[in-house]
Amino acid sequence: MKKNRIKVIPAKKGETNRVFARPATLRDIDNHYCAGCGHGIIHRLICEVIDELGIREKVIAIAPVGCAVIAYDYWDFDVTEAPHGRTPAVATGIKRTRPNNIVFTYQGDGDLAAIGTAETIHAANRGENITIIFVNNGVYGMTGGQMAPTTLAGQKTATTIYGRSLRREGYPIRMLEILAPLPGARYLERVSVHSAHETLRAKRAIMKAFKTQVDGKGFSMVEVLSMCPTYWGMSAIKAAERIRSDVATFYPLGVVKTY
Amino acid sequence: MKAIKVKKPSGKIKINKDRCKGCYLCIVNCPNGRIKIAEDLNVKGVKPAIFSPGNCTGCAMCAVICPECIIEVYR
Repeated sequence: MKKNRIKVIPAKKGETNRVFARPATLRDIDNHYCAGCGHGIIHRLICEVIDELGIREKVIAIAPVGCAVIAYDYWDFDVTEAPHGRTPAVATGIKRTRPNNIVFTYQGDGDLAAIGTAETIHAANRGENITIIFVNNGVYGMTGGQMAPTTLAGQKTATTIYGRSLRREGYPIRMLEILAPLPGARYLERVSVHSAHETLRAKRAIMKAFKTQVDGKGFSMVEVLSMCPTYWGMSAIKAAERIRSDVATFYPLGVVKTY
Repeated sequence: MKAIKVKKPSGKIKINKDRCKGCYLCIVNCPNGRIKIAEDLNVKGVKPAIFSPGNCTGCAMCAVICPECIIEVYR
């Protein structure tokens, strides 16, 4: 009979080991996001990845215009601000003048998919060695929950009070599938933060996107489906459920393009 | 044959209850149902999530989903 290989460590009384705590680069202050907003989770995932890669002194982040406009209050590394939608253009300038720094942008769907579509597509087409974290919650959260290009068909927002109609407002836009045929885009993945399991997967995707840039492979972008309980008009738990049932069916999770 | 001694689940979490905004995502993500809603309000005026000791294994699923990052997990 084989010897039992399971090593059992006797639990001493009062012995506890901390296995999860706030990452060092995430400042220990309250954030201004609503209860159940996905931004807080994604902020923390980025901080964990930066801590694990040990690139805190090299990172330059570019905050968007949107709900995450004061992300520099929460991150304890270098952050700058860009005009609405021009975040990839600012990132291009910073990366070209300081190629040894790790440059990433953090953008919402109004910022990236509406006003900044041109900047995003051309940054990807040029193959800029930057990383984009694209937070897709389907509404303009900062200005009061108006319709965004990524709003699902039939979704009620402040500007589509009877639900988004495909005849009048058109179809929702899938940014990753638009960027996928461009040869400059190297790594594109869509993840979600609606459950703990998916959040761990999202962290792996963000980690790979940053590694793509560290290794000099080129443009990488991670789309994170996030919940906006306030402007979806539901509780945080129901909003997370809505991502699983509705949003993730229109925006399928998974790798869109990899190297 | 010796019986395998299995370590008792000895996880523990600490929730900073005054910074909880009451989204309760931790409650639905806990596989053992060890987190409950408090009876009284915190300084923000919401009923915070509180830890109820029991068969917590310290899997950290609550801390992974917490948008405020106010949960510390001990194992």
